[in-house]
Amino acid sequence: MSVAGDRRAPLLSRLLTAYGMLGVLVLLAGFFSVATLQEQQPTGEAAARSLARQLEGRSFAGARVVIVGRGGEEDARFASALAARVRELSGTVMLTVTGDPAEVRAALESLAVRGTPRFVVATTEGAAPIVRSVLQSLPTIGGARVLTPEPYRWPTFLLPENLRNVANQIAVIAILAVGMTMVIVTGGIDLSVGSLIALAAVVTASLIGRMGGEGAGTGAMVASGVATIVLCGAIGAFSGVMITRFAVPPFIATLAVMQVASGLAYIVSEGRPVYQVPQGFVLLGRGADPLLGIPWAVLLMGALYAAAHVVMSRTVLGRYIYAVGGNAEAARLAGVRVAAVLLFVYAACGALAGLGGVVMASQLRSGAPTYGLMYELYVIAAVVVGGTSLSGGEGTIPGTLVGAFIIAVIQNGMNLTHVESYTQKVVLGLVILGAVLLDRLKQRGLRGRGRSRDGGA
Amino acid sequence: MPGGEAAAGAPLLRMEGVRKAFPGVLAVREAGLEVRAGEVHALVGENGAGKSTLIRIVTGAHQADAGTLELDGVPALFPSPQAAAGAGIAAIYQELDLVGKLSVRANLFLGRESARLGFLAAAEERRLAREALARLGVDLDPGARVDALDVAQQQLVAIARALLADARLLVMDEPTAALASAEVERLFGVIRELRARGIGVVFVSHRLDEVMAIADRVTVMRDGATLGTWPVSELTRERLVERMVGRPLAQEFPKARAAFGPEILAVRDLTGGRVRDASFAVRAGEVLGIAGLVGAGRTDLARLVFGADPLERGEVLLDGRPVSIVSPRDAIRLGICLLTEDRKGQGLVLGLSARDNFALPNLDRWSPFGWIRKGQEQSAFERFVASLRIRLSGPGQPARDLSGGNQQKLLLARWLERDSRVLIFDEPTRGIDVGAKHEIYLLINELAARGKAIVMISSELPEVLGMSDRILVMRRGRVAGEVPEAAAASQELLLRMAVG
Repeated sequence: MSVAGDRRAPLLSRLLTAYGMLGVLVLLAGFFSVATLQEQQPTGEAAARSLARQLEGRSFAGARVVIVGRGGEEDARFASALAARVRELSGTVMLTVTGDPAEVRAALESLAVRGTPRFVVATTEGAAPIVRSVLQSLPTIGGARVLTPEPYRWPTFLLPENLRNVANQIAVIAILAVGMTMVIVTGGIDLSVGSLIALAAVVTASLIGRMGGEGAGTGAMVASGVATIVLCGAIGAFSGVMITRFAVPPFIATLAVMQVASGLAYIVSEGRPVYQVPQGFVLLGRGADPLLGIPWAVLLMGALYAAAHVVMSRTVLGRYIYAVGGNAEAARLAGVRVAAVLLFVYAACGALAGLGGVVMASQLRSGAPTYGLMYELYVIAAVVVGGTSLSGGEGTIPGTLVGAFIIAVIQNGMNLTHVESYTQKVVLGLVILGAVLLDRLKQRGLRGRGRSRDGGA
Repeated sequence: MPGGEAAAGAPLLRMEGVRKAFPGVLAVREAGLEVRAGEVHALVGENGAGKSTLIRIVTGAHQADAGTLELDGVPALFPSPQAAAGAGIAAIYQELDLVGKLSVRANLFLGRESARLGFLAAAEERRLAREALARLGVDLDPGARVDALDVAQQQLVAIARALLADARLLVMDEPTAALASAEVERLFGVIRELRARGIGVVFVSHRLDEVMAIADRVTVMRDGATLGTWPVSELTRERLVERMVGRPLAQEFPKARAAFGPEILAVRDLTGGRVRDASFAVRAGEVLGIAGLVGAGRTDLARLVFGADPLERGEVLLDGRPVSIVSPRDAIRLGICLLTEDRKGQGLVLGLSARDNFALPNLDRWSPFGWIRKGQEQSAFERFVASLRIRLSGPGQPARDLSGGNQQKLLLARWLERDSRVLIFDEPTRGIDVGAKHEIYLLINELAARGKAIVMISSELPEVLGMSDRILVMRRGRVAGEVPEAAAASQELLLRMAVG
């Protein structure tokens, strides 16, 4: 078995095809990691560990320790973790205080009045200035040593909370991009998804409002979300009917639906944001799983990508989607129900846009007709950057995920490096252009090979 | 514009020793052509004889690998159609290169607009357009939109445009294929007018009666070579056919006759698209050949049976019972398959892998609840790769990268896996090399022996004669006749029936 394999595409184009965008993502992450490498102050348990190490290293065993932190959950965790460590090192915790500067001052003053023996103050970077200024004003205990956690060098970009942030920010766009990938693989386009976000957010918030408003139960919220997703799926199917039954070009059909959906969102909400949703509604958008702290929206996104990847690569439906996009007439003559396949992808794209709208409403705890503006373009950009060809027939779901992350990483990285928002737009635009140029380059490579075998009179 | 006086006799174009190869095919082996000013020169030959390639070399669409081309006795080289047009050579192909949504006038001056200070000189153009059309004796409104005109009128617009561009040599490829007889007469009037004005016309046609009627001289091509040029006055139709065909059939076609079984497929009064009232039947084990000229409706007939195009009326019977076929999906489920003539446009999804293309109509066989069992798919595919000797670098190789013969075998494999009972082959050996051709012929024999009903459409008369049991000849959308014993028929007979 040999023949055509001998004629290979140039090295560059082969590398681009196989690993192109993933490599770009890794490069970008590396670049922003280096660019945001700086001193980081540990907080919480990490700060406690750092201080415990210092106490241990300087053989403070048996020493008396005063633990000071500011208010808040993070510092409370710091204080309790450090107290436990000090006791393990058989030291004495004389006092633990976390709170605002006044509380800290009061606690330290009480120590001074009692004429306490020598001790060490272990505190966080945030609370250290208060501690120092209080100690200066109290001569009896002014000589106490103040220990703060050692700063360490680490890229801000790679801090866990930043990575979570990136994933959470991209969740809505990435969810929509699943449906858009399928549509674009069939050679179509769906411009209505941005408006469907707005419609879905408004409809789901309004439905919850009708079913009890801020006192609505879980059942009511789930029912509203599902009803919204079904509605958006039906709207997507409507576009699909226009495209298959009446041969309206996808661009035009979905452009019209985009206007209609946006208008409906304003009509439903009477042009105002809808806020009557319970606090519990934000669980989907802002909550995180208790084990690893991964936001629910991100887990949902991951599950959708896994499911969509399986559909596209392992099922008959997926195979048909590629076949229709590659050559609709050949697919039809092979017995594929082309219209049914197209109807499915537009309905799925609509339903996923609906889901994205529900997630966004949850993240923002409200629904407004202004949500999702221009999102169709970000979504298309994510799909294209992920290597899906606008001419149809090729593209992968994991590629789209990479594309979505490339866009999110660029945006986040530019925020971290303080690039102006105007400049950010320019950069994003150029990135999209670059991705499309790569696609063209790839296409030309393929066509070049095709031509050399064509011939014939 | 050249001098009006017809200077018949001076050689306008002379080509010698022209040769042109495409990967895997030697399209033109050894060709020469001499066209005089004020002459209508016909170029005839079977499909695949190399006529199209030769005229595409004249018009700059292809470049010859070897040989010389002289214009007015001066060696010339046309690297592009634009270069040829600049030298006064115009081409009228079957697919007219007009912009349908623009007016006749806009089309006549496309690319050569007369303008003053960037504004179109509309009045000037209108006057010139009217003159050019009038010179051809054509009554057309220069303001009419081209897509509102019928094919014959569009053709005249294309000719008028060539005249306005000062063309001295006009190449016409099958100009009458899409015309009714009255329109053919009018076209001939125009061609005679061109001849009188000293323009050389190369006229490529299958319709030998028309060649005899309009041409001054005729050049015959066969197997990529020109056999010679003769004045039409010295030829009869019969002798022309002799020269076009004249090839011993030898063992090129390994036809084995199978035992016939009962009638499997029958169609009655099928009408739709170009096809009118077509009826035929095929028995198990029988190979029914369908011959006819390009555009006679053979492919349309196949597509109607297969449910690819809407049926106006008529019925399809399978095992004597009427069946409803409104889509290819229905046909495939009933055990009818179509191997299309357009492998790349309608057969394959070029970007998908060879295996995926093979599997496309067969996924239901190994995909319970829509879940593809890749192991079964792979083993089914490997079975056919081995038995049909399909050469590929791996199952994931895109169909685009396969050679023509392997692409065809791949498409065949998909229908063999389906075990279809009725196989419709449209140009099964078009554009594939001799070795692969032979393998496909053997496969047709084997399928017939296994009791399949086979319909084979082909433009190659020797192939139809050599591989069919019975032959149907189509002409202008209708079944023009039937040859009950293919073995006893001749190409001449088929040609006569096809040309009518």
